Amino acid sequence: MVAALFFWMFAAVMLVSALMVISLRNPVHAALFLILAFFNGAGLFLLAGAEFLAMLLVIVYVGAVMVLFLFVVMMLDIDYSEMRASMAAYMPTGLFVALVLLVELGMVFFSWVSSPQALKLRAAPAPNDLTNTEALGRILYTDNVFYFQLAGLVLLVAMVGAIVLSLHHRANVRRQDPGEQSARKREEAYELVDVKPGQGL
Amino acid sequence: MMAAGLEQYLTVAAILFTIGIFGILVNRKNVIVILMSVELMLLAVNINLVAFSAHLDDLMGQVFSMLVLTVAAAEAAIGLAILVSFYRNRKSIAIDDIDRLKG
Amino acid sequence: MNSVFLAIVFLPLIGAVVAGLLGTAVFKYAGSAPPQPAHDDDEEHGHHHEYDGPRWPMLLTTGLLIVSALLSWYAFFDVTGGHAYKVLVADWLTSGRLSVSWALRVDTLTAVMLVVVTTVSALVHVYSLGYMSHDPHQPRFFAYLSLFTFAMLMLVTSDNLLQMFFGWEGVGLASYLLIGFWYKRDSANAAAIKAFVVNRVGDFGFSLGIFATFAVFGSIGFDAIFAAAPEMAGKSFAFLGGQYDIMTVICLLLFMGAMGKSAQFLLHTWLPDAMEGPTPVSALIHAATMVTAGVFLVARMSPFYELAPLAQQVVVAIGAITAFFAATVGLVQRDIKRVIAYSTCSQLGYMFVAMGVGAYGVGIFHLFTHAFFKALLFLGAGSVIHAMSDEQDMFRMGGLFPYLKKTWAMMLIGTLALTGFPLTAGYFSKDAIIEAAFAAHSPLATAAFWMLVVAALFTSFYSWRLMFLTFHGKPRASRETMARVHDSPPVMLVPLYVLAAGALGAGYLFAGSFIGHDEAVFWGQAIYRGEHNEIIHHMHQVPAWVKYSPFVMMVTGFLVAALFYLAAPSLPEKLANALRPLYLFLYNKWYFDELYDRLFVRPAFWLGRLLWKGGDGRIIDGLGPDGVSARVVDVSALASRLQSGFVHHYAFAMLLGVAALVTYLMMGS
Repeated sequence: MVAALFFWMFAAVMLVSALMVISLRNPVHAALFLILAFFNGAGLFLLAGAEFLAMLLVIVYVGAVMVLFLFVVMMLDIDYSEMRASMAAYMPTGLFVALVLLVELGMVFFSWVSSPQALKLRAAPAPNDLTNTEALGRILYTDNVFYFQLAGLVLLVAMVGAIVLSLHHRANVRRQDPGEQSARKREEAYELVDVKPGQGL
Repeated sequence: MMAAGLEQYLTVAAILFTIGIFGILVNRKNVIVILMSVELMLLAVNINLVAFSAHLDDLMGQVFSMLVLTVAAAEAAIGLAILVSFYRNRKSIAIDDIDRLKG
Repeated sequence: MNSVFLAIVFLPLIGAVVAGLLGTAVFKYAGSAPPQPAHDDDEEHGHHHEYDGPRWPMLLTTGLLIVSALLSWYAFFDVTGGHAYKVLVADWLTSGRLSVSWALRVDTLTAVMLVVVTTVSALVHVYSLGYMSHDPHQPRFFAYLSLFTFAMLMLVTSDNLLQMFFGWEGVGLASYLLIGFWYKRDSANAAAIKAFVVNRVGDFGFSLGIFATFAVFGSIGFDAIFAAAPEMAGKSFAFLGGQYDIMTVICLLLFMGAMGKSAQFLLHTWLPDAMEGPTPVSALIHAATMVTAGVFLVARMSPFYELAPLAQQVVVAIGAITAFFAATVGLVQRDIKRVIAYSTCSQLGYMFVAMGVGAYGVGIFHLFTHAFFKALLFLGAGSVIHAMSDEQDMFRMGGLFPYLKKTWAMMLIGTLALTGFPLTAGYFSKDAIIEAAFAAHSPLATAAFWMLVVAALFTSFYSWRLMFLTFHGKPRASRETMARVHDSPPVMLVPLYVLAAGALGAGYLFAGSFIGHDEAVFWGQAIYRGEHNEIIHHMHQVPAWVKYSPFVMMVTGFLVAALFYLAAPSLPEKLANALRPLYLFLYNKWYFDELYDRLFVRPAFWLGRLLWKGGDGRIIDGLGPDGVSARVVDVSALASRLQSGFVHHYAFAMLLGVAALVTYLMMGS
């Protein structure tokens, strides 16, 4: 009973903040509402028993991705007061199509029946005596290590790509080149001059 | 195990997905909103996966959801990097200005 | 004997092929461009450049033709002694019921034509050695001349209608090639096309006649159809609701071909323009041989014509009208060659009148004699033109007699023969036709008789007019032209002498055989006479005034021409101004060219343009390549609007796709 209450609370807040995300003019506010949506999503995950995933959502998604979003939004320095906030001409059509999709999705839910073999076809039945995290760990690094490595590669590529795309050498900023610094020889660095008193260099 | 029935989870996910789509379609402001709407849609998909995983007691759903999360993070990073490059070139991220791929 | 005939027919072909392929530049420059001449080609003033190509093609073709001519005379005396031959050369085609072979049919009619064709052709070849001596394209010319001769020989020796049609088309082709010999001239090209197209109209009728013959008789070989002809007399067939007599229809269709080839009234427009070709061509083709092919056709098909009285009447009518019409136009022409061309047209009309009244032998006799004196006149005119530095307008000649005595003498003989001076060739043949027309005793023939008599008057007038204008009176040409006037070299004069001998003697020597008492034996089976055809007999029994009428006409014409052009040279102009509309009407050939232009040429061009621009351009190209490419451009323009560049448009498209897919899957399954 209480759990159902929590469910509806999390769900409502998530949906409302999602609506806020897409309708606010200030992108910083929109990003903050997105963070809220994620938090509530994590709450839903917790209620479903996937606590590792919920924490993952909070730490990685909110903590890294959304922070990245905010960094970029603030770096771009958008003058949002001048932004055009007109509603699209597609709004009726878009609304209609989205609603159609929603209705169809609903129809799916209320007309399907679970197959009798469903339980037998499970790929990785959850063991009852382990925590969610430990259970996940059991299968992630053994049966699904291939996917795991692939995910790692994807992240590597994304990192390289992001750096390549956005790295920007400014011409008038002085940088240090450690290699050059280390390769400097004594003869190039300084010279000893015998100065006669009162004469200067 | 689940706080509400499977149908409720799926309905919520469906509505969230629709909101994300809607956000892409009727967005007239800037590209950031598009990226955020994509994140919403991915979140809805994750909810779906986790709901089924809980319903069927099958951990593969959660593994898959983790991978989706990974890819979403990568995609957000790249998308923002592209956005930054575009902004540097055009000094604007208004939707109407991003039509360089016009055929 | 067979080999003689084969030699006669095929020696010219060998000459043409060898000279044409090896003597011309056809293979010499194969694949690369010929060297450009240093100066522009100006064939009109042939005196400027010396010919520097090979001489053997001309000598080869001329030599072969002379051999062929000599053999023809030998064959003539053999065949007319009472033998007929058939030489099978090769099988041609067999298709269903139709079986055609190449065969040489030699009877008297053939022998007469062989002699005419080869003799005149050989003399023209010799003459051309001199006349065309400065032309840079002589090998081509001589090859064409020999090719023409071969085609004409095939025509006259044919044993079936298809072989005759082969020769028919061959001479048409050669005529086109020779009229347009100086192909760099626009007028020559146009004249060649005109000749070919007008001939085509006649050939259309000829073809239909051949088809009808095959449909009726099941064969087109002469022996078969002549044997079966009497059964078809009087039978008729149904066509489009009417009943038509079979033999009449066939004869009329075949006569349509003869009208085209022989430049009879309505299909005559090509003959004057054909004078664009070199003068030897005019002499050979448009005087002696090709234009007589139509006359030959009617004579050859005499078994048919004797069974179709209505067709014979049409022949008489057309022939008489042509004789009269051409003579009236010839009265006022200025170009020396055109006068002679209209004279030819008129004389062909005479021949057809003879054919139409059943006196086939008389017509062929006139063909025989006419070949000599008309070729003589043309070649003589060629000498005059050559001497006058290619001037052809008689009103710019005059006073040439002291310089061109030999040419004058030859032209005089030709004129005497043409007008029918007693004892010349024309006297025997032309007067015989007039007598035959009178003797036919039908209203149409009598009308034809009077027209022929009047035409004889006109013939005499314009012939003497030509002589007086060209040779007598005060010189009207410039001093430089007169200074260059010289008589022709022997190579051009000797053929004239030979032709003059023929023009003088052919009548006297051969009248008895052709149309006199020996004519039945002479012709033998070559010409068919119906049971009631005794025209030859009646011809000799006409009243005296009929016999003298041509002579009277000749003298009258001579006197009037002398008055107009020797005694009172200002009279013609006064008369022309007084009767200006009539003068213009005659000068413009009764406005036939303009009439045909309005009736046929312009509608044809209009139709062609309509089909080209509208049909081919708008419809076919519009629905085909152009239309398809325009639609492709349109559709792709539409499609490119999908690529707006806006991401949310693309997202929208994706969403639509997803929704559609989901709907389909839900509804479909």
